[in-house]
Amino acid sequence: MILESIRMSFMNIIKNKLRSVLTMLGVVIGVASIIALISIVQGATNNISNEVIKLGGNKVFINVFGTALKQGITEKDAERIAALDNIAGVSPTISGKGSVIYGKKVLKDITIEGKNEVYFRADPELLSSGRAINILDLESKNQVAVVGSNIVRELFFGMDPIGEKIIINGMTYTVIGTLRESAGFSLSSTNDTVVIPYTTALRSLGIKNITTLDAYLEDTDLADQTILEIKGILNQAFNYNEDAYKIYNMGDIIASFQSIMSMMSMLLAGIAAISLVVGGIGIMNMMLVSVTERTTEIGLRKALGATPFAIRLQFIIESIFLSLTGGIIGLIMGALLAYLLAEIIGIEVSVSISTNLLALGFSATVGIIFGYMPAGKASRLNPIDALRSV
Amino acid sequence: MNEIVCLKDICKSYYSGDEELMVLKNINLTVEEGEFVSVLGPSGSGKTTLMNIIGCLDMPTSGKYILHGKDISEMDEIELAGIRNREIGFVFQNFFLLPRLTAVQNVELPLIYSNVPQKERRKRAEEMLRRVGLADKMHNLPNQLSGGQQQRVAIARALVTEPSIILADEPTGALDQKTGAGIIEYFEKLNEEGKTIIMITHDINVAKHAKRTVNILDGRLTDGDILQ
Repeated sequence: MILESIRMSFMNIIKNKLRSVLTMLGVVIGVASIIALISIVQGATNNISNEVIKLGGNKVFINVFGTALKQGITEKDAERIAALDNIAGVSPTISGKGSVIYGKKVLKDITIEGKNEVYFRADPELLSSGRAINILDLESKNQVAVVGSNIVRELFFGMDPIGEKIIINGMTYTVIGTLRESAGFSLSSTNDTVVIPYTTALRSLGIKNITTLDAYLEDTDLADQTILEIKGILNQAFNYNEDAYKIYNMGDIIASFQSIMSMMSMLLAGIAAISLVVGGIGIMNMMLVSVTERTTEIGLRKALGATPFAIRLQFIIESIFLSLTGGIIGLIMGALLAYLLAEIIGIEVSVSISTNLLALGFSATVGIIFGYMPAGKASRLNPIDALRSV
Repeated sequence: MNEIVCLKDICKSYYSGDEELMVLKNINLTVEEGEFVSVLGPSGSGKTTLMNIIGCLDMPTSGKYILHGKDISEMDEIELAGIRNREIGFVFQNFFLLPRLTAVQNVELPLIYSNVPQKERRKRAEEMLRRVGLADKMHNLPNQLSGGQQQRVAIARALVTEPSIILADEPTGALDQKTGAGIIEYFEKLNEEGKTIIMITHDINVAKHAKRTVNILDGRLTDGDILQ
């Protein structure tokens, strides 16, 4: 009987082609917008999350503003932080600007960063060729440099920079490695940077204090405790002036960023779902018209022995058929739209199976919910009244 | 002889506002197996209401209705649907064929609701159309058939479930005289084969073809009724 109902529903939909297509359109638009929005937002989230995660989820970023008396923390303070239980290592950054000269080529206003070996150890992908700055370089304040990809391109085009001598702010450095090119919009682009040992930088850049420090955690679950301990050290250094520094836990930043993105994706899907509900109301409207039009048919079927359940089933199936077909078409259109937009915006989209199943399940549910009332109306029709209405 | 239809003190009233309208008043009627009974009455006499009650489309306000040994008055809607499906073959004045289904699909319709498998359904429907003389029109749509042919499709549909009674409501009402006569002739033939037929009509010339005629006037059976 279900097979019969499907066949009869199908015939009825075919007979009212234009009406059925217009009715379906509501669901098509609803599902297509849900799929497109979720896919694009998910794609964008993945893109940005990957970028943020690259900054390091196990990293605590300490920014020191200093006070009038003390403009930053000393190497001693950094060592005390490094000695904490949960700290795998610290990487101070000393940052300055300078000109870089190689042969006759001069690059002005280049970011010179003093770092230590921990910085390179934390991200093995950082180095493109050559070697990283090691502990010996730091201890002997070697004049060595690891250069960013843009610098390589401009100074050493078509040649191997390793072993070449460059002059930074009047001092000669040996290039020992190159940095991997980071994506154009990366938040932590190092393409235009020259990295030298921070001990060397303290001397050559004329900076006395460390103003930024990255501390790498061993166990991120203990982050809160460790941050308290770091605060303790910094409070001692700055005489309990908490305005002198700020501590950012990258793990927290990533987590809150991800929760914002997933909220945004749900919000957008919710807005799109409203259009699906509107589509459902369209289906209900058409089903009600259909019930009225087919009053005689319903009466006849009842006279021939159709139970109320059989009548209800026929109309529900018709409504599910409409919404599900609309859902499938919407799914295809939504995916196409997502890929098209992704192509234009230039991000990767992810049309996930779960999103598709969700949209299909949702459209079938719309069919059941909005078909239920008209189908119930049909099943309750009194056959006498129905047959009289000719 | 077996009693197929047994109506005892059937009353039916409708309410229009506060006013009670008695449509059927203490109807007693027994129809036995193999009978051809016509119910003759003018419009407004309550004959359609009577037919709806016999056809289990409507429930009496009071009284008892025994159809083929089963008490109808205590049945729910689902059981009634089954009774209509198995026990009663309806033939309507306006044929009531579904316009989008072919003749054979229309005849199959009641078998769908008794869960007969598709192949057997088709076989039985085709056989029945052959019996009513429409072997060459099986796959025509109703609008490709004449009135008489449409009514014969409807008769085939009524017969296909092998019901206890054929219930015909003005079966010739929408047909011209000659075609109508043909249909009545076909009913007579069916009756000779042993079918029980109850025919509702306002036309005395149609009614007289039945073996027995009961008159209904103003909600009462006036003569020819068998009082218990």
